Amino acid sequence: MNEFLAPTFHVLPLTVIRRERKLPFPGKILVRKGQKVGANDAVVEAKLSPKHLMLDIAMGLAVSRTQSERFIRVKPGDRLAKGDLIAGPVGMGKRVVRAPQSCQVILAGSDQVLLELTENLLQVKAGMSGEVVELIADCGVEIETTGALIQGNWGNGRIDFGVMTVLAKEPGGSLLPDQLDMSMRGAVILGVHCDSENTLRLAQELSVRGLILASMLISLRAVAEKMDYPILLLEGFGSLGMSKQAYKLLANNGRREVSVNAQEWNAFEGRRPEIVIPLPGEGGVAPPRMLERLSVNQQVRSVRAPHAGEIGRLIRLCGTVSLPSGIRAQAAEVQYDNGEKAVLPLENLEVFI
Amino acid sequence: MTANLIDTDSLLLLDLGSISTRALLFDQVRERYRLLAAGSSRSTAGAPFNNVLEGIFSALDSIQKVTGRTFLGKDQNLIKPSTEFGTGVDTCAATISTGPPLKVCIVGLLDDVSLDSARRLALTTYCTVVQTISLNDRQRAEDHIDSFLQAHPDLVIVAGGTDGGASQSVMKLLESVGLACYLMPETQRPVMLFAGNLELREEVETNLSTLLELHFTENIRPSLDFQQMDAARSKLAQIYTNIRCRQLSGVMELNGWVNGGLIPSPTGFGRVVSFLSKASDSKKGVLGIDVGASAVTIASAIEGELTLGVYPQYGMGESTGKLLEYGNISELMSWLLHDFSEDQLREYLFTKSTYPASIPVTEAEINIEHALARVVIRKAVRSLLDMMPEKAGHHGDGLLPWMEPLIVCGSVLSKAPTLGHCALMLLDGVQPTGVTPLLLDTHHLVSGLGAAAAVNSLLAIQILDSNSLVHLGTVISPFGAARPGTPVLRIKVTYENGQETNFDIKYGTIEVLPIPHGKSVRLHLQPLHNFDIGMGAPGRGGTLRQVAGGVLGVIIDARGRPFKPPSDLRRRQELYRKWLWTFGVH
Repeated sequence: MNEFLAPTFHVLPLTVIRRERKLPFPGKILVRKGQKVGANDAVVEAKLSPKHLMLDIAMGLAVSRTQSERFIRVKPGDRLAKGDLIAGPVGMGKRVVRAPQSCQVILAGSDQVLLELTENLLQVKAGMSGEVVELIADCGVEIETTGALIQGNWGNGRIDFGVMTVLAKEPGGSLLPDQLDMSMRGAVILGVHCDSENTLRLAQELSVRGLILASMLISLRAVAEKMDYPILLLEGFGSLGMSKQAYKLLANNGRREVSVNAQEWNAFEGRRPEIVIPLPGEGGVAPPRMLERLSVNQQVRSVRAPHAGEIGRLIRLCGTVSLPSGIRAQAAEVQYDNGEKAVLPLENLEVFI
Repeated sequence: MTANLIDTDSLLLLDLGSISTRALLFDQVRERYRLLAAGSSRSTAGAPFNNVLEGIFSALDSIQKVTGRTFLGKDQNLIKPSTEFGTGVDTCAATISTGPPLKVCIVGLLDDVSLDSARRLALTTYCTVVQTISLNDRQRAEDHIDSFLQAHPDLVIVAGGTDGGASQSVMKLLESVGLACYLMPETQRPVMLFAGNLELREEVETNLSTLLELHFTENIRPSLDFQQMDAARSKLAQIYTNIRCRQLSGVMELNGWVNGGLIPSPTGFGRVVSFLSKASDSKKGVLGIDVGASAVTIASAIEGELTLGVYPQYGMGESTGKLLEYGNISELMSWLLHDFSEDQLREYLFTKSTYPASIPVTEAEINIEHALARVVIRKAVRSLLDMMPEKAGHHGDGLLPWMEPLIVCGSVLSKAPTLGHCALMLLDGVQPTGVTPLLLDTHHLVSGLGAAAAVNSLLAIQILDSNSLVHLGTVISPFGAARPGTPVLRIKVTYENGQETNFDIKYGTIEVLPIPHGKSVRLHLQPLHNFDIGMGAPGRGGTLRQVAGGVLGVIIDARGRPFKPPSDLRRRQELYRKWLWTFGVH
């Protein structure tokens, strides 16, 4: 059997974490190489989808299109305040065209003027404390830190950081609304499972800075996507418990500052929801790999049923076998802590590191 | 044919899919081209490799182990042509479907005329329409600009202005596009394909050539009632490849290996479907469906006239998570044979979209997978019907006109537990009418052969002509309505030895005539109760002189059209068990 490269799933107590923070288009980098940044520091910014306004000068001044250009009083790049003169005056009535609000002139010529009305700034935050180790031409930076890394399966697209409060007393059980109180304002909450919309909404009211769960009912997905704080699921949707390894690592780091990056999973770009707990450590450790060759004795995680999210030990590479579904695929035998064994397709396994 | 004398070269076919990269080696054995070896590897277009060549090298390594032939030189380039030492290959062809769909802005004058044509053109390759601009949209120029900047398209397709028709309206719309491009950083600007009134070419060039990369092609809507897509479709395929060369590392090098002949997989697929239609004596159309991870591609051709649709939103990979945005979950549930809640299905679709390469292990999970395939095939068929030319003739109710044959590929079909499962998925999803041979492309060759045809037409023809496509069986689907149990088709089978058998087929059933693969029979078909089997008119019968038995025999699907599965789960389970049993699945 050819060597099979499997994706990795990281629950690492101490590693080097290097992450890109960038815009999809050019912007302004706000930090320099070698600078230490905090999780909440903006590292790059750009104007986000500015609104424009096209002014028809000929119509505004009631002159012919050929005449209008000579009445335009602004040039590209000019910054205007509300009421500033753009064109005119013309005629007995001294007709003019004025800026409807503060804006910048983008184009001025012929019979039209194009204004940029708003300057919504999109800022990308560092997302984790660390050092800026690379600048990516005009659009972002690479930040490096040492610490614990725990990867997840789903995030609601938000990013934030805070001190972690551990509400889950074991790797199972539901997070209930009455477990949340005012003392958790600004904290990142560690629960296991959520089956109540009220829990999500109450966490929003309390201004928590993040919610880490193993799983959540899929019916809550739409609500979770509307929350302003990051919600990160380590295992996915359904009623899945947390792996012992992830629970132990997270619970042991209670009261520490954690960064919750609940970004959308994008396998093509190599982005995955993740939790980073910055910890003092020595440099020189290689960052974890995204793919590993599958081999006997590795810890593996099954990505789907049966044994979804469970971690076991790969005990045998079986070659091509016929699965209970009737599909023939390359598979491996995996043994779980309770002694149970399962033959699973290689495509369904992640190497657990 | 001249090709017989000169095209005797070995050919390496490379396919860059969204999940895997495949390499296939063809060469002559006893004066006929054969598939000698196939290898595959994980797709490496995305992270962490971010270079398609890594996957190609790995796939080539697999076939090198089988054949002993070395393909790459020390400089990691393809050795071409082959050497006297047996290394390298003489020719190479390649197709690509990996990478996120291109974001496209379509511009046209009127929604149901030129904009509709532009939308149809965009559907011929991996695109997602992110913005439309037309005279009808009632938006101001600045709204167009803002939406354009937000949508950030990779490509702008412009249609509009019949030949000698409107010009100023088209230029007015393009002014917004031009301004938006001016406001974008130079490296981020899209490419434009102008497929409108060609009299505007000079003016468009003058106004826009300094702002973005411009391409021109024939007017896709030269008059209100006429649409021509061929030239524009080829041009779009070329632009798609060029954009991929810029977006994905390694694609440009690969395009060099194939002398600029890299094509999108749907282009190759459509080329073969069109060729088969031209080569056929039948007045019926040829239909091809590729149920891929990145998209469902559906192509039909009638007398060589191709209709092609590529639907990334129906792909069986990452897009499954968003499938419910395009349809009701009840449609998916109606095909299930296990009792799943809506939430369980949504969880399944989420997992499938997160891990598109993962494989169903349990019987229950493969049931969802197959239900999903039925849904996406049905959706693709309905979408195709909207685009097919009038001459194709429609039966209505989401049913295709007479087609012969139907070629299908995609992992969900080729890796089905049995060919019976595959056939049943096709009967439910496509719902063919009349007499339709089913051909399964288990090695996913068809798209690649479309690319290969450009460099070695003989190879493409010989491989298509060989048994490389699995003939599942000829399906006879009488079209009409009756009460279950009513005889709707009388069949007289005359075997090669002259023996004759008569059958009456009842409405609501699937029957299989066990005609062995490679044998043929003569069939006399007589529809009853005014059912139609495509022999000229409802109720009209006729003789099929040579019907070849497929792997499954000859299949008669008399469940009616359009077929809807029973709403009661137990009844559905019972019937599907029976139908699978009919196909030999116990």
